[in-house]
Amino acid sequence: MSRKISYVQAFNEAVRQEMRADETVFCAGEDIGGFGGVFQTYAGLQEEFGEERVVDTPISEQAIIGLGVGAAATGSRPIVDIMFMDFICVAFDQIVNQAAKMKYMFGGSATVPLTITTGGGGGLSAAAQHSQSLEALICHIPGLKVVHPSNPYDMKGLMTACIREDNPTIMIKHKRLLGMQGEVPEEPYMIPLGTAATLREGADVTVVAWGRMVNEAFDVAEKLAEDGIDVEVIDPRTLQPLDSETIVESVRKTNRAVIVHEAVRFAGLGAEVAAQIQEEAFDYLDAPVARVAAPFSPVPFTPALEQHYQPSAARIEQAIRDIVARPGA
Amino acid sequence: MTTDRDDTDQPLRLRIPEPARGQHAPDRVRYISAAGEMQKPALDEKVERVALMRKQLVRVLDDEGRAVGDWAPDISVDEKRRGLRNMMLVRSYDARLLRAHRQGKTSFYMQSLGEEAIACGQQQALLPGDMHFPTYRQQGLLISADYPLVTMMNQVLSNEHDPLHGRQLPVMYSSKAHGFFTISGNLATQYIQAVGWAMASALRGGTEIAAAWIGEGATAESDFHAALVFASTYQAPVILNIVNNHWAISTPEDFARGASATFADRGYGFSIPAIRVDGNDYLAVYAASQWAAERARKNLGPTLIEWITLRVGAHSTSDDPSVYRPPEETEQFPLGDPIQRLRQHLEFLDEWDEERHVALQAEVDTQVNEAFAEADSHGSVKTGDVGSARTMFDDVFAELPRHLREQRDRVEELS
Ligand SMILES: Cc1ncc(C[n+]2csc(CCOP(=O)(O)OP(=O)(O)O)c2C)c(N)n1
Ligand SMILES: [Mg+2]
Repeated sequence: MSRKISYVQAFNEAVRQEMRADETVFCAGEDIGGFGGVFQTYAGLQEEFGEERVVDTPISEQAIIGLGVGAAATGSRPIVDIMFMDFICVAFDQIVNQAAKMKYMFGGSATVPLTITTGGGGGLSAAAQHSQSLEALICHIPGLKVVHPSNPYDMKGLMTACIREDNPTIMIKHKRLLGMQGEVPEEPYMIPLGTAATLREGADVTVVAWGRMVNEAFDVAEKLAEDGIDVEVIDPRTLQPLDSETIVESVRKTNRAVIVHEAVRFAGLGAEVAAQIQEEAFDYLDAPVARVAAPFSPVPFTPALEQHYQPSAARIEQAIRDIVARPGA
Repeated sequence: MTTDRDDTDQPLRLRIPEPARGQHAPDRVRYISAAGEMQKPALDEKVERVALMRKQLVRVLDDEGRAVGDWAPDISVDEKRRGLRNMMLVRSYDARLLRAHRQGKTSFYMQSLGEEAIACGQQQALLPGDMHFPTYRQQGLLISADYPLVTMMNQVLSNEHDPLHGRQLPVMYSSKAHGFFTISGNLATQYIQAVGWAMASALRGGTEIAAAWIGEGATAESDFHAALVFASTYQAPVILNIVNNHWAISTPEDFARGASATFADRGYGFSIPAIRVDGNDYLAVYAASQWAAERARKNLGPTLIEWITLRVGAHSTSDDPSVYRPPEETEQFPLGDPIQRLRQHLEFLDEWDEERHVALQAEVDTQVNEAFAEADSHGSVKTGDVGSARTMFDDVFAELPRHLREQRDRVEELS
């Protein structure tokens, strides 16, 4: 049975169901207990599972991730929460040098089934240290898996997969999608990590986008359809490992690609996607791969500035129009 | 290994702090000494002898409003009145900006209701040129340093006169000229920076000292502990303030404190003299700050001060404390209200009365309202009058590199 619930509820339901099914799953983070987390993603869980399984922690991201690594390596399936994605930087050693490499360095004998959950993305007028999209930093690290759902259905399926996964995973919850409603099955289900979703099929151009941007791109695509521009929209859903096959196949069909993300353009994940496209589909391309992303500056505070900073529907539309306007080979 | 594990071994258990189970003691303040009970140590007193103070509380004002004991500071009535005025100004300022938030003129605000004495009192004990490394709850430092209210409000309203150009969160002011280091949204980072600033001052052979600020919750961050190591090793000229307002968003102070008796305990392991002070007693705040500042100035090293106070309001405008906080807490808080207590003291001295208090209240409210009217005339987040998109590329680097100039030109084409 499926019904409409929010992105936050979908997250919460995935955690709840996995905690019921598996006693080794526990959660830890700042303000997640009685308060349910500042974004209410953990609401009601402590009530059901108690303080030993939904652990309020002191404010130390290093210790939160570190406890997750230690607990994961000894057979638990911890879910640890970092309030804002920006704060993973405080615990970067634990993530990059510890969690990611432990299996490898222990000669394969350690498993680290750790899930790190965190609120990412901008558009909430939260300024330079509470708005960043840092996915490129973590996707760069061998050993980590990274997911970034764009809707409630994917949220539940990906979160369930993260919890069951035997490698460290990072679940980026987009802060502007928390209230988004969508059809979500009641029963537990997994979306395998590393599988993209084609949200819309089209013949003229492929748009690859994730998080909130893929929803923007989808709306633009629907609008452009009225003008006879047929856009294929791909949401990788998992950013590491990336489902390059789906992307490349699509570009071989449409011969044009636009990549959209909220993160800054320079060395953003779009650069990797564009490189893979030219490696695998060079002979099919009718135009250089285009990117729509943030400028090379920190996220500003005021909505008036942030609106220029974030990729907008207008900029996405313009990029698509520009690329389809180029004469094909 | 000598023996086998045996089945009768006890299963291990964790200690979960009591408030996590909804058990809030109505009176959460521990170790309340009587006013005047504590002796004031010599500036160079041995740390072992100061050590007992971490389980006591420096207080000057008694229940009748008398200033008693060793710690009673030698300051004039005018200075006390100035302290009262500063605190009232901060409270009025906060109230006005909370209203601005309800009016949609700012998207975010954090007040310091109930904690005004700490920032105002310490500012009065320091000198121009000293540098504070504040958190978002020390607006009292700026206001007591006569930073223009209008400028602060311009930032909170994010209008075209915002000194930080719409880039930083509304309450995260910064003013080098007023000894107010730029505020970080990531907690605790300023603590170690303050120690670094103090070390640099000493390395330069300067005379300026630093004051580090942190909430009790954020002391759990590693930066706090690292700062103590450095301050201890180099005996840096720094005041290490911990504002224990009993809450970190929804988390009671017990979590960051752990099994230690107090936050002042944290100083002990680093051989840093640490005292606990009634943060709602303006005179105690002034005296303790002055003592710590003098120690720093005389090359006697860092001092850690745990200020006991209460966050009377919500964490921020994004927070609803009614879901986690007992409603009677403010009323039952044993250290009262800082403004009331200093007022009572001045009345006890026959230097203040109801009439003058009402007049002063009206005066600060007028000052705040006039400043607000001026700031509001420059626009607010509601009208979106902040600088143009081209300013986004300024100050990313010391100079504007070519690739950013090109991006700036492109943004202009689009907007
Ligand atoms: C590194 C980091 N972790 C978490 C947060 C989120 N956060 C902001 S304020 C706060 C509570 C801080 O409490 P405390 O230090 O007691 O200061 P108070 O708000 O009481 O003044 C938290 C958890 C943050 N801003 N930065
Ligand atoms: Mg606090």
